[in-house]
Amino acid sequence: MNELTKIETTLKDWETDQEVRWCPGCGDYAILKAVQRTLPQLGCDPRNTVFVSGIGCSSRFPYYMETYGFHTIHGRAPAFATGIKLANPDLDVWMVTGDGDGLSIGGNHLMHVLRRNVNMQIMLFNNEIYGLTKGQYSPTSRENTRSPSTPLGSVDHPANPCAFALGSGARFVARGIDVSKNLPDVLKAAHAHQGAAFIEIFQNCIVYNKDVFDDFAKPKGADQQQLWLEHGKPMLFGSEKTGGIKGLKLDTQTLSFEVVDVPDGDGEAAGVLVHDATNRMLAHMLVELPFGAFPMPLGVIYDDPAETYEAVVHEEKRRASKGKEASLAKLLATGQTWTVSGTAGDPV
Amino acid sequence: MTIGVLQEEFYMATQTAGNQPETQALDSMVVRFAGDSGDGMQLTGGQFTLSTALAGNDLATFPDFPAEIRAPQGTLFGVSAFQINFGSRQINTAGDAPDVLVAMNPAALKVNLASLSPGGLIIADSGAFTKRNLEKAHYDANPLEDGSLAKYDLLAFDISELTIEAVKPYGLGNKDALRSKNMWTLGLALWMFDRPREPIHEWLRAKFKSKPDIADANIAALDAGHAYGETAELSGPLKQVALAPVPAEPGLYRTITGAESVSLGLVAGAQLADLPMFFGGYPITPASAILHHLVRLKEFDVTTFQAEDEIAAICAAIGASYAGQLGVTSSSGPGIALKTEAMGLGIMVELPLVIVNSQRGGPSTGLPTKTEQSDLYQAVYGRNGDAPMPVLAARSPADAFDVAIESCRIATQYMTPVMLLTDGYIANAAEPWKVPDPSTYEPFPVTFMDELPEGEEFHPYKRDAKGARPWVKPGTPDLMHRVGGIEKHETTGNIDYSPDNHQRMTQLRRDKVLGVDLPDQEVSWGEDSGDLVVVGWGSTYGPIKQAVNRWIEKGAKVSHVHVRHIWPLPGNLGDLLSGFKHVLVPEMNTGQFKTLLRDQLLIDAESLTKTSGQPFQIAELEEAIGNCLDQKCGGRVKVNDEQLPGLEQGYDDGSLRDDHSPQSKG
Repeated sequence: MNELTKIETTLKDWETDQEVRWCPGCGDYAILKAVQRTLPQLGCDPRNTVFVSGIGCSSRFPYYMETYGFHTIHGRAPAFATGIKLANPDLDVWMVTGDGDGLSIGGNHLMHVLRRNVNMQIMLFNNEIYGLTKGQYSPTSRENTRSPSTPLGSVDHPANPCAFALGSGARFVARGIDVSKNLPDVLKAAHAHQGAAFIEIFQNCIVYNKDVFDDFAKPKGADQQQLWLEHGKPMLFGSEKTGGIKGLKLDTQTLSFEVVDVPDGDGEAAGVLVHDATNRMLAHMLVELPFGAFPMPLGVIYDDPAETYEAVVHEEKRRASKGKEASLAKLLATGQTWTVSGTAGDPV
Repeated sequence: MTIGVLQEEFYMATQTAGNQPETQALDSMVVRFAGDSGDGMQLTGGQFTLSTALAGNDLATFPDFPAEIRAPQGTLFGVSAFQINFGSRQINTAGDAPDVLVAMNPAALKVNLASLSPGGLIIADSGAFTKRNLEKAHYDANPLEDGSLAKYDLLAFDISELTIEAVKPYGLGNKDALRSKNMWTLGLALWMFDRPREPIHEWLRAKFKSKPDIADANIAALDAGHAYGETAELSGPLKQVALAPVPAEPGLYRTITGAESVSLGLVAGAQLADLPMFFGGYPITPASAILHHLVRLKEFDVTTFQAEDEIAAICAAIGASYAGQLGVTSSSGPGIALKTEAMGLGIMVELPLVIVNSQRGGPSTGLPTKTEQSDLYQAVYGRNGDAPMPVLAARSPADAFDVAIESCRIATQYMTPVMLLTDGYIANAAEPWKVPDPSTYEPFPVTFMDELPEGEEFHPYKRDAKGARPWVKPGTPDLMHRVGGIEKHETTGNIDYSPDNHQRMTQLRRDKVLGVDLPDQEVSWGEDSGDLVVVGWGSTYGPIKQAVNRWIEKGAKVSHVHVRHIWPLPGNLGDLLSGFKHVLVPEMNTGQFKTLLRDQLLIDAESLTKTSGQPFQIAELEEAIGNCLDQKCGGRVKVNDEQLPGLEQGYDDGSLRDDHSPQSKG
């Protein structure tokens, strides 16, 4: 995010005249709307906004945003975005990628854009499948996923996008769900973060991997399966109506979590851990929390800004240039020089 | 842009053992300084180069250092050498074979001896020919004593001991004292070629500003070497050699390597385009030197980015171009292969980009430290789809400056990626360069579209008369638009797969590149028509020019045409070449440019190929030209095992030690 003049826009101002070509019912529609709804609320300026994407269903995103947009090549969006931010740090850059684009062919670039901490928002639409190429299993597909390329079920272990991001050195890691009403808040937090903000968005591919996230994403019973994290608030989930309020308690002996009942909603009394989004250790534990025994941690898992890459690069450039004259004539004439006058050389 | 324009009677300088005048009057000499990696031969060569330039001789140099990062002392693969060819006539190559070999240890002698001219002079440090060093160099007997060097002139004396003596007053231990051995040797070389010592004194004082004792010790060693030549009154092979200065255009000169020249040309090109430059690179031999040079030029609004891989390097550069800077990336063959998909995107979104390919031996990792010209097909044809891109080739270190500027011009004026080809030889070799006045170059400032033309609708792909689309920087009000690698509508740039549109867009992209305005091809040397034209491109310029010259001197109707614009070809090239009975195309590949010329011009171009990883020698080309005149055109150059750089080089990761290059210290 940048300190740009806030301007007034409406959702309509962020829509292009292009027909949206995702499958009817695709989770991408909900994410697109959430983004188009959020940007006016942030006072963003379309002219200073750039959407950069790779290849895949998610990467069609820029065509539908009335901003500057660059639909690049498979997996490489982080590198293009890095060049754009280094060339013009004032641009508000959003990167759109998917589980195949971002973690398979482009895993290397994703790692480096995160460790460098380039100031931008990275939305990884995770649908655990290759959609655009008609349904092959992806690096986030669970074991035994049957697909055209794995008719007997996939055998490799899936990657965990948020753990990957943290391991790469990300300073902001969050999770959202395509249709969740909380998604705009996650986007806002990402935009407010100075540096590379990584958001994994669980996105429902209704054609090739329908309802794969239903365990925690389907509305019925969701509050028992979703732990929405808030900095400074106890880690509570569930409700009286759905089977009781619960919370996460840290067992300091085993350095592991346990789920405890919080009958009166008093987390403190029940010893429920308070979320600290600046605690990197805690973030590592949360992204590794096994779903099933525990709810799915969602929202802002980690948010601890550090100096951005482009700021450091430009500061270094400024310091190195200070007091130096950018004279091409002088530059050309440096090194081992001599003057020829007539036929013989004279030392200089 | 080489120093000197004199066309003198040409002959190769040779020496015959025991048959020399007191002071030799020659028109050129090739000297090779060879020693252990730790002996400072690159430094010696660099300073000898400077003194040669100051004396007004034309010159060309080639550093030849081990691929190993820290080779064990005294071993054959730890030998580092520096060759310089200089003379009172125009010099275009580092020389076929040395006339003088300075060997600082047995390994240096062993590795370099084969290339020495018959009757050539060996100056050897007998103090380094110890039992241990002889064993390391796989000598059974001391070659300085066993008569095996009888066909050469041999001058062996204990340089080690003489150096220790000379620096004694400065209280250095033997190990430190021996570090000045190279300066002693340089002193002797300065005497031999009648060069002043003062510039080297000054250089040493500046280099060791904070350690005056070391400076003094080195100066003492240098003076001692000089005095040795002067006073020892050596009877025998050591003679002073006088080489007259080459009449050169008055002005300021410097030595320059290809890597420096490309870097400076890119900076100049960005300034002429009135743009900040963004350089994305990834370490690879021999292209890394360009990144190393540019990273120090931040005050010229140059941003350098060492990316995580070759792909990210070009993608970041395209990203920077998209945001309104001049994106540049650089690599060598394997790295260029990785960048290929992104080049296609650059062609598709029509953004300026300069891609520098410092070619090396291939395929795959190939010969990382050797030179080759085998990426021409890759440059011209090597992308998926119909993906046209202008390709230019530099012919020498100095020429690379102008070619880099020309590449920036074409990229920005035509909104297209451009590939600039150099090679390992150009990147590392140095030559004198008359420092140009930047104000003499015609600026080509870029105009960004920053508002909608009155009453017009915005079309991101509407072309100007040259076929270029407008360049709109993100951040510009009211001109938001989307670009990408998917086929797009002819004017709106929106996704458009329709058959008619794709056919038109393919044609438009092709026509734009074929329509790049190029100067007419000129004849580099010789007449506009005749029996034979030797057509070259890239770093073969020097040897072709000299070989053609020799035949012209003999009265043959031979000309030299050297092509800078590989794609598209200059419009007049076909007519020009049709004025000759034979067309011979020497290349360090299996005939790639020959094929392109045959295809594009329908001429009977004959190929002369060399793929040993070594540059053409003048003699090889001279012979091939002779054969061609005898109606036996073309063929393959026979591998010359005696040519250097030879077998001692080449390491599978291609690492080079940068600090071996004296130029990198400037």
